[in-house]
Amino acid sequence: MASNDSEPGEHIPAAIKILIAGGFGAGKTTLVGAVSEITPLSTEEVMTEASLGVDDLSGVEQKTTTTVALDFGRITINDDLVLYLFGTPGQDRFWFMWEELSLGALGAVVIADTRRLEACFPSVDFFERRGIPFVVAVNCFDGAHRYAEHEVREALNLTGQIPILLSDARSRDSAKQVLITLVRHVADTMAAPV
Amino acid sequence: MPGQDEPGLGSDAADPLVRPYVITQGRQNSGTVRLDMISVVIAARAEVDEMALEPEQIRILELCRRPQSVAEVSAHLDIPVAVAKVLLGDLIGRGYVLARAPYTTQSPVSRDVLQAVLDGIQRL
Repeated sequence: MASNDSEPGEHIPAAIKILIAGGFGAGKTTLVGAVSEITPLSTEEVMTEASLGVDDLSGVEQKTTTTVALDFGRITINDDLVLYLFGTPGQDRFWFMWEELSLGALGAVVIADTRRLEACFPSVDFFERRGIPFVVAVNCFDGAHRYAEHEVREALNLTGQIPILLSDARSRDSAKQVLITLVRHVADTMAAPV
Repeated sequence: MPGQDEPGLGSDAADPLVRPYVITQGRQNSGTVRLDMISVVIAARAEVDEMALEPEQIRILELCRRPQSVAEVSAHLDIPVAVAKVLLGDLIGRGYVLARAPYTTQSPVSRDVLQAVLDGIQRL
């Protein structure tokens, strides 16, 4: 376990994170808010365009800055462990952010919005490529077409090992179930021979 | 060796250019302390010379009476994560703040940690 020095009596818990990904408006922050012990906070990271991976050779004077907002929540697990849930920016142009965010992540929840299922394709691709365990939570919006699990699995071309849940991001019980399924899936992934 | 710690321009040509923030007095994260977005920081029980600190740093020390992640410090003070890292790195350097690195996948989480996370979520 990584740990910096700390003096006796000044106990510092370690943190671990789970990423909540999905297209814009899919319900990332709603899910975070449903289980977080704090009102979801928002933080900003300022990036130069150079960090955006834009292949621009025109020189430093052309650099501009971009602000990326991240919403996150917290669940205190015990005296020694705090879990952070980060809603990841869904737009393609923020991929650089995912690289840093995904480092050390326990796993990820991809929220699929059945009104725009294709919006979660990039998230699925990303976590598959990086070998980060993930589950898909199909957010059942009122009035939207309800797909069966196998329909979503086919549409996303997911193997049978990736859990898919129908969920309601607003409900704490539903969000809990999504997270529990993810942690169990992480445990299964660790047990399976690579 | 003199000048080794110089926060000068071009001290590391490979570093990306970062806007010189007013409240960090143009300093970049010197790399002496590697802070992650979810490194957890807490104020140390130390005599603090407030005159030597930025107002934001005094607010950080107040906030960090309880453990906070770098991301929380950033959100509560409404400053970018990169700026929070610089201000915190400075406080850590002075011995006013202690930090603990997060779990990483480089050191795979143990079954015990997974079980604790599972129990913690189930208790919600």
